Amino acid sequence: MIKTDFTHHQSAHCENGVASNLLRHQGVSISEPMIFGIGSGIFFVYLPFLKVNYAPVVSFRPMPGLIFKRVVNKLGISLKRKKFRSEKKAALALDENLKNNIPTGLQVGVYNLTYFPDEYRFHFNAHNIVVYGKTDEGYLISDPVMPEPTMLTEKELNKVRFAKGALAPRGQMYFPTKIPKELNIEKAIVDGIKKTCNHMLVPAPLIGVSGIKYVSKQIRKWPKKHGIKKTNHYLGQIVRMQEEIGTGGGGFRFIYAAFLQEAAEVLKNDKLKELSREMTTIGDKWRDFAVNAARVYKNRSNQDDVYNSLADELLNLANLEKRFFKKLKKAI
Amino acid sequence: MKKEEVPQDKSSLSENEITEVCYAVDENGNYTKVSSKGWEPKTIVQNETLQIIEERIAQAKDDVKKGVASPIVYFMEFHKMDLNILADYTGYWKWKMKRHFKPKVFQKLSDKALEKYANAFDISVDELKNFKG
Repeated sequence: MIKTDFTHHQSAHCENGVASNLLRHQGVSISEPMIFGIGSGIFFVYLPFLKVNYAPVVSFRPMPGLIFKRVVNKLGISLKRKKFRSEKKAALALDENLKNNIPTGLQVGVYNLTYFPDEYRFHFNAHNIVVYGKTDEGYLISDPVMPEPTMLTEKELNKVRFAKGALAPRGQMYFPTKIPKELNIEKAIVDGIKKTCNHMLVPAPLIGVSGIKYVSKQIRKWPKKHGIKKTNHYLGQIVRMQEEIGTGGGGFRFIYAAFLQEAAEVLKNDKLKELSREMTTIGDKWRDFAVNAARVYKNRSNQDDVYNSLADELLNLANLEKRFFKKLKKAI
Repeated sequence: MKKEEVPQDKSSLSENEITEVCYAVDENGNYTKVSSKGWEPKTIVQNETLQIIEERIAQAKDDVKKGVASPIVYFMEFHKMDLNILADYTGYWKWKMKRHFKPKVFQKLSDKALEKYANAFDISVDELKNFKG
């Protein structure tokens, strides 16, 4: 049996969680919201031409892996990443790492993660876990979204590492190799915030605040264009993405507010504290949107009105966020 | 969201004794991590999604029974796959798989071809061959 002295901390999101847990293991104390903020985790993109589960893709986060990559780059941490063609070599490399007392991050597919409830098991291939040991029965797994560490057999782990489909992990493993003595957190925070504001305010139709506005317009058209059943299904996709495990609630808005609060302390900037409170209110409004969207499944009367009022809610959110990110940009 | 507002509704998480982390504000206005057992609006939406998948599986099963679709279609739906995902698992072109969806073509498939599908679905070739809907 091999076991590295790794401590499992539950987090909201898998990528921030693995990043935070791996860095903490190396003695860098950095919270999940901090990782999320420095990595410019807030994002919005609508991709109507791409369908997942028969509904257009909506995402409240950047491409998987990007948050961690940005954090590592900005803090000057060296991270080793490896992908594999051969399943055998992938397993050997992982075992070698464990022998050398290195807890290792893995990109895996969710569908065959046996410890997840059925509702969460889709062919989504950009989940992140840490393997921190191996026994006769299998591997010791720290899945950051789970309350406690879990286990997977060799066969099960191999399967999730080589899941197929979009964003196939191809056995990818990663671990920090070198950490600079002094981390310039302040600059990383400022850079992270600037990038977030630029992303959310970008003048392109499907991204950021304009993306939210665009979806609002589409919701008004969906009932006539696609019928009620499809419209509800499309709306469901938005709510699912917004409230999926990992968002910490309200499409990551609460994690971001937590980050701003922490950033206010580090930068000694009271303006950020105020903006953190404002982001919390915006997060609450996203939650209201989810509540009202879910209600559509229950009441089937007055359909046109229901969709228009949901669209209004989204439009309002877009306007609030536009003002918010403009203020945030000025505050730093 | 305030700490005491973090929902603790019955959900697929609570049935499996799992919780998820939410970020919420405590009585002093500071953010903290709070465990949530589940949230009803989310459960409603998830159930709708599962229901759509179940309808698709039932339809596929029926099609196999009627002899208008091959068992591959059923197992593809059963595993929440679509053509793109199955293509990645089997290495077949999509147009080729669409031919394999026809019972007549399916019956003539070699064991080697069937094995590719069986592996993707994690079943034996016999199970795949003998599925009658």
